[in-house]
Amino acid sequence: MRHARAVLLIASIAIVFGARAAPAQEARAADAARADAAIKSALTAPADWQSRLVPDETMRTCSAHRNHPPVDLAQAIAQRARAAIVYPVDGKLLGDWHKGEAIAQSGYGLRFTDYPPRMSNGGNCYACHRLSRQELSYGTLGPPLLDYGKARNYGAADARAAYEKIYDTQASLPCSNMPRFGSNGILSIEQIKDLVALLMSPDSPVNK
Amino acid sequence: MNKKRARRLRELLGCALALAAACVLAVAAHAQDDETERAIEKYRQMLKEDPWSNPGLLDADRGEALWTTAGGPNNVSLEGCDLGKGAGKVDGAFAELPRYFADAGRVMDVETRILWCMEKLQGFGHAELVKRPHPTAGQAVKELGAIATYVASKSSGMRYAVRLEQPAEKEAVALGETLFYRRSGPFDFACTTCHGASGLRIRLQGLPQLSNPEEARKVVGEWPAYRVSNTHVMTMQHRLYDCYWQMRLPELELGSEVSVALISWLTRQAAGGEIAAPGLKR
Repeated sequence: MRHARAVLLIASIAIVFGARAAPAQEARAADAARADAAIKSALTAPADWQSRLVPDETMRTCSAHRNHPPVDLAQAIAQRARAAIVYPVDGKLLGDWHKGEAIAQSGYGLRFTDYPPRMSNGGNCYACHRLSRQELSYGTLGPPLLDYGKARNYGAADARAAYEKIYDTQASLPCSNMPRFGSNGILSIEQIKDLVALLMSPDSPVNK
Repeated sequence: MNKKRARRLRELLGCALALAAACVLAVAAHAQDDETERAIEKYRQMLKEDPWSNPGLLDADRGEALWTTAGGPNNVSLEGCDLGKGAGKVDGAFAELPRYFADAGRVMDVETRILWCMEKLQGFGHAELVKRPHPTAGQAVKELGAIATYVASKSSGMRYAVRLEQPAEKEAVALGETLFYRRSGPFDFACTTCHGASGLRIRLQGLPQLSNPEEARKVVGEWPAYRVSNTHVMTMQHRLYDCYWQMRLPELELGSEVSVALISWLTRQAAGGEIAAPGLKR
């Protein structure tokens, strides 16, 4: 008994010293299941919105690793993303850049105030990217895309890479901040083609 | 509101218009970022020189009247409401929130606590209070938000002195941190998508890096804030609600565990920062 007490005393001293050694704000983050449950009760969602509350495996990995996944998990994300990319049946990747510009400007769609839908979803590209010289209201969360096609000589392989990037950014950059416009059904294949045209047409404002 | 204050307010609104014009010119001059920031800084400086000129103070006044006037089905004022420093004590209370409240058995931020008091003391129904708690553009902040603005204004100039040391408080902070990095919804967004790096903007709007305490200290204490673009006061609960809307997620309930946890974590990040509420935002 006395022996047990001594062990307990030593253990508690160790705990106190251990706690002292750690910085005050070193509190551990809550686990994902705890956050999932809190989200489920805080966000009142109709039945067809429930899936929005549940992150898929890619999002789970990125959240858990704060967007810096270990190499094996990053490869798994990229592999899954590549497998999910659907290409236009006719093989044509460039649509209409005029429509692409409108899609790049529009932030409409999928917010709870956007129902029933009054127009098609936007890509809101300008929120994060500089795309043209005349639009000065652009964000800097993503890299500037000025002269995107020109800098690449309007190459076919680059058009394909752009299509894939917009369709599912996770295929080329695991845990990228950019939405997966194709895989997540935000934009249609036709709309993604219009954005590829915006980036890759010599007469598009991106390359002017 | 006295005449001098009204005139000062008019002058400042005039300045806001001039500011808008300055923004347009600055855009044309291709130097919009610096120019806009400088103009807003000048506007903020004017507000600091005359602390009575922020339109949000009208809502703080309204909130004070709501706090002291008997109301609700029970026809009592909120002066019996304990914001953590004793019933009816408002001075400095905001600087110590969020905190754990034994009577409610949970951690609460200022708005959640006022909600609780309106419910328990004044007899309002919970469902009706959280149904449409935030104003749309152009509408004045709702009653609960006006009261929160009043309470926050009574800690303006003080530094955050939250302790967040109790187990429930630590749990809220930890949950808030996890939520900050949690992706969800069709856009894969988390709070950190926009607030995880320094010096970036969405369109022309600068974004604070809230994962960095140095930046959090500068901005968290400015809420509730008067937003020039929406011409109303936006509270912190409303700010988060709008973030979740933008993230393509369902409506975030006022006073929910999620909103309280995020506010707890943000306040922990801003520990030691100065409270300057109501603030002023673009």
